[in-house]
Amino acid sequence: MQLNHAAIGGTEDSGDVLVEVSPGTGKLELEITSKVLVLYGESIKKSVLETLSRLKVTDAKVVVKDKGAVDQTIRARLVTAIFRAADMKENLPWGDL
Amino acid sequence: MSSKNRLRRTMMFLSTQRAGSIRDAYIFAPDSIIFDLEDAVAVSEKDSARVALYHVLKYVDYKGIERLVRINGADTPFWKEDIRASVAAGCDGIRIPKCETPYDVEIVEEQVLKAEKEFNRPIGSTLLQIAIETPMGVRNAYELSIASERIFGISIGAGDFMRSMHARRRADGAELYAARAQIVLAARAAGVQCYDTVHTKVKDYEGLEKDTSLIYDMGFDGKSVIHPSQIPVINKVFTPTAQEIEKAQSIINKLSNEAKEGVGVFMVGDDMIDVAMLEGAERIMALAKAAGAYKGE
Repeated sequence: MQLNHAAIGGTEDSGDVLVEVSPGTGKLELEITSKVLVLYGESIKKSVLETLSRLKVTDAKVVVKDKGAVDQTIRARLVTAIFRAADMKENLPWGDL
Repeated sequence: MSSKNRLRRTMMFLSTQRAGSIRDAYIFAPDSIIFDLEDAVAVSEKDSARVALYHVLKYVDYKGIERLVRINGADTPFWKEDIRASVAAGCDGIRIPKCETPYDVEIVEEQVLKAEKEFNRPIGSTLLQIAIETPMGVRNAYELSIASERIFGISIGAGDFMRSMHARRRADGAELYAARAQIVLAARAAGVQCYDTVHTKVKDYEGLEKDTSLIYDMGFDGKSVIHPSQIPVINKVFTPTAQEIEKAQSIINKLSNEAKEGVGVFMVGDDMIDVAMLEGAERIMALAKAAGAYKGE
């Protein structure tokens, strides 16, 4: 999936996560901040990479500011940001998520 | 009970915009959760709420609680994608807002069927709930109730209805009586369930109990909920008392025995009983069993 511009999904509220995606420079770049990074950093990274793979995003910069979100919230906010960055509003690929 | 006739005493609305509020909703044990994509979600966040909804429906275990989705109205650009996301994730049903004519149901049913085919969901597995919120909807309540085989129930939403009627809320519910009566009549004639509107004063538990007692006595099957603290108040009204259960049991047992003797009318306590009361007694027992107030056979 091609990202056309930068976009965000989520919030910095407690229990949520703010995800910012933007077009990359030919590869995936990932930046994660979280108060629970030591405990859950690997798990968050796995969720982000899995979601990017499912949506066939291979060229992007992804910044994740976690505020204690659970796994499905992290995935949902990332998907929102990607759809926004790709200007996808209809006929979304729900079956691939 | 089939999925169409399951217990729906409490149907709790939840905004899908707030991440924290939707994932743990099962701990409050409503009979149904209505994930709201409509009024509770800002226009700028409709897309985000829909994606969040998809992920909770797909990946969170709601412990058997029914999961319904209130989609946006057909006069918005959002409703078709709301249906695709909800059906793809396997929701139990769709609540259609502001229904006025059978056409409002038909166009949703068409999209639901299309989505079931697209995402390999069992055909017919997505149920429909009709929300009536206008005088025209009330007038057409019966036609709306029979507009699709998927319909399990109809509900009255008082907010928009009151505005349309130029009416004001009263503690005794007189301003809603005509609409509630039409809804319950239509539902019973069509053989579907019916549910009352929300009680908007969240901390007014006394008023909520009175309101719920009124609609329970009118024949409603349940009530919409906007705060978890309202659930036990409504459940209490909708759970038969030990006395009611005992009486219903006596009626069922006696009718069964007396029928063998060819007797059609008899007494239980001070009440004259005949076969017409069997259905009511059976309904009390079904409600008691479903609510966990009766453990027998």
